[in-house]
Amino acid sequence: MWDYTDAVKEHFINPKNVGEIENADGIGNVGSIACGDALRLSIKVENEVITDAKFKTFGCASAIASSSMLTELIKGMKIEDAKNLTNDDIAKALGGLPKEKMHCSVMGREALEAAIADYKGTILPMAQGQVVCDCFGVTDLEIIRAIRENHLTTVEDITNFTKAGGGCGRCLDQLQALLDEQLQEGAGKPVSAPRKVKRMTALEKIKKIEEVIEREIRPTLKMDHGDIQLIDVDGDFVTVALRGSCAGCHSSNATLKGYVEKKLREQVLDTLVVEEDRP
Amino acid sequence: MMNANKPIIYMDNNATTAIAPEVLEAMLPYLQEYYGNPSSMYDFATHSSSAMKKARGQVAALIGATPEEIVFTSCGTESDSTAIFSALRRYPEKNHIVTTRVEHPAVKNLCDNIENLTGRKYHITHLQVSADGTLDMQQYKDSLTDDTAIVSVMWANNETGVLFPVEEMARIANERGILFHTDAVQAVGKIPINLKETAIDYLALSGHKLHAPKGIGVLYVRKGTPYMPFLSGGHQEQGRRGGTENVASIVALGRACELAVANMQEENTRVRALRDKLENGLLASIPKALLNGHKTMRLPNTANISFEYVEGEAILLHLNQHHICASSGSACTSGSLEPSHVLRAMGVPFTAAHGSIRFSLSPYNTEAEVDTVLEVLPKIIANLRNLSPFWEENS
Repeated sequence: MWDYTDAVKEHFINPKNVGEIENADGIGNVGSIACGDALRLSIKVENEVITDAKFKTFGCASAIASSSMLTELIKGMKIEDAKNLTNDDIAKALGGLPKEKMHCSVMGREALEAAIADYKGTILPMAQGQVVCDCFGVTDLEIIRAIRENHLTTVEDITNFTKAGGGCGRCLDQLQALLDEQLQEGAGKPVSAPRKVKRMTALEKIKKIEEVIEREIRPTLKMDHGDIQLIDVDGDFVTVALRGSCAGCHSSNATLKGYVEKKLREQVLDTLVVEEDRP
Repeated sequence: MMNANKPIIYMDNNATTAIAPEVLEAMLPYLQEYYGNPSSMYDFATHSSSAMKKARGQVAALIGATPEEIVFTSCGTESDSTAIFSALRRYPEKNHIVTTRVEHPAVKNLCDNIENLTGRKYHITHLQVSADGTLDMQQYKDSLTDDTAIVSVMWANNETGVLFPVEEMARIANERGILFHTDAVQAVGKIPINLKETAIDYLALSGHKLHAPKGIGVLYVRKGTPYMPFLSGGHQEQGRRGGTENVASIVALGRACELAVANMQEENTRVRALRDKLENGLLASIPKALLNGHKTMRLPNTANISFEYVEGEAILLHLNQHHICASSGSACTSGSLEPSHVLRAMGVPFTAAHGSIRFSLSPYNTEAEVDTVLEVLPKIIANLRNLSPFWEENS
């Protein structure tokens, strides 16, 4: 069994701030049910101060505890300060996490960033990188950031912090290359700017969407006896139809937003909005 | 958090079992007074060698073998490796292995790493399982070729308890002249086994799954079956396994096998009834709970149930608060980041695979313990679903 601190146990058994804020000013959704953990953070903001925060988490004890601690940390915090909150701040507040569970604290930080971005109406830069780990949809920028911020030195560390490489293992060589690159360069370079600005024609965009649906999304849905069909792409609006057991499935909205939209945003364009074609 | 004085409710007997008091009593003299090396010549050592002889007979009696067909090893994993490498070395010209997608890591990882371990390439057929965890016998028959060196198929799945028809499968392999190995670590002691009446060539079993200590296993090798020692060394085990024998544990295993013979009826009646009560009660009282594995072709002690939209480790740690021990196939408990390979092979959806819990009982469990689980688990699941962002959309 994991060696959890008393703080982790306490926040797991008696989590604080469970639920969703009605008319929230910002909502951050990260993770997916397929990946094994997911967090929905909602925040209330007044005069640029987070006045309330609530969470809902699907995941293990450390995921629940990290979410609970996150809400405790950010309540009463200025947005400007919250932006600088790191995964390490969450882990430290819990008295530490087992190294294999550090990704739970990273998920908390990502949810906070997403909620703040939602509040500000901006787009997260991290999703603009190239996906390196297909199993968990982790981009090179996310990996580089984790390496730098947490001073990671092994590929195993990268997996512990980001989950990248924890599935099929096909990206392990790429992770090693990213790590070598970072260890050579050392800290210093900012991680925020995407390596290359993507400019796609409408045709390229549609092609890319089709490709991601065929290569990744359909096989995953088929594992759950579902299926998906691309109906239309209008600007950034992608209309799809869910088939098989996905059609009429109660969790179709979670699948659509939490999985299909996330995948397409990661791999095609981060401004895409996926909608279901309802007859 | 944990009240050390409160007794635990142990429902994780597929992971390991309590050492039976009778077993401990039988082995203690061989840890204390009779420490002689069974290979020595003086009378004092005869205590050890004759106790081992008796144990060999007790093990053989449980599985319908002869004492000469029993090789004592250190664990089930060693037994599996010994069997598979024996077959591969016997048939160096053959390049094909048949196994399943749901084997225990002892066989699965051996096959996955076979090229590194043997320095040569093998073609491996991983038989598929259906949604209820059962095999397609036609796929099995079609997979066998003249190039097949060995078939290795577990008797009972450790996660779901699903039983494979290994007796029939061994007969089919035997007709084609192909060696057949079964990892029966979960089956031995829980269901009647009579190897005399089968064509099974190798069978692996493990002491700590049937109320003997950890660190003792057996490989059954049918008389006349090819065999290569995995550990070279002294002449122990008739030259089949070097290393001074673990006398006390061998004695313990013998006694545990004798107890298993005596408890076989109870395992298949009272334990089965407790398991059914637990399983039916949970499925009835908790919405969106799914049974993993075939309803009847299953070990009498195992229940594997998925609770959708919640995660297994979180369930286990809440059960732990109530001193209840069980296990899960979720990613967070599997030591990797992906849920159980068994459940994925069965096509269990992700919404359910992460929330699977395995209860595995033994004759030491009571109805009161089952009632406690039936009382506390529905509340745990409801609490965790209240936390889950996927639940309200689905409830």
